[in-house]
Amino acid sequence: MTIPISYYLVLSGVLFAIGTLGVLARRNALIVFMSIELMLNAVNLAFVSFARLWADMAGQVMVFFVLVVAAAEVVVGLAIIVNIFRTKETVDLDDIDLLRG
Amino acid sequence: MTIELVIFWVLAIVAVGTSLAMIAGKRPVHCAVIFLGTLGSLAGLFLLLIAQFVAILQVIIYAGAILVLFLFVIMLLHAHSGEGPGEKIRFQRPLALALSLALLVGMSLVFWQSGFGEAPPAPPEGMGTAEAVGNALFERFILPFEVASVLLLAGILGAVVLSKKERG
Repeated sequence: MTIPISYYLVLSGVLFAIGTLGVLARRNALIVFMSIELMLNAVNLAFVSFARLWADMAGQVMVFFVLVVAAAEVVVGLAIIVNIFRTKETVDLDDIDLLRG
Repeated sequence: MTIELVIFWVLAIVAVGTSLAMIAGKRPVHCAVIFLGTLGSLAGLFLLLIAQFVAILQVIIYAGAILVLFLFVIMLLHAHSGEGPGEKIRFQRPLALALSLALLVGMSLVFWQSGFGEAPPAPPEGMGTAEAVGNALFERFILPFEVASVLLLAGILGAVVLSKKERG
């Protein structure tokens, strides 16, 4: 017996919700960033499940593009976090409020 | 319970448990190392879904490159890289929990009602191999592939410009 695809989809939904919780509840910029990575991974799982369901390789190719975007995002985002840490000596998101009116 | 189902449940529990521990962790270093468990179990789930090449990519790029970059930056920032005392936004934690639970319920309802409850059909020969992914990538997705290379170049340049010290 093979596993129904809905199991994988619900699992990816759970992981996405956990990532959302991390983004909303945590104030450490690095952990928020890791939570965003977790959300990207959850979406990857959904893509691969649909590729399996319809036997279509497009879903797996899309994961490749998500990986590319994630890599570019991490490189630029971490450079920004390092820059902020250099000037403000903090990675607490509540302390980074230059745009607050 | 077939062996496949047992493997699925083990991997799913590991993935959910490590990701919960990751968002609850105190120190970023611990979170990054725990996150490795999530990424590993997701690679295992990709193998169950007959996506061998994607599973390998997941291990090489996510666990090998992105997480190491995270660890580098965490080591660079060393001390003071925690959260300060006191919350500036009132009810942040309860509100965050309520909102993500609402999101979870909504998504689960959609997925359960979508009618994907039956087992998927047997996969075609050679699905998920590097050859199959490469064929799809370089025939149907050749333009996005080229755009992705430009995006990576922009990422490299952005990182260099951002981390350069300003002169004078």
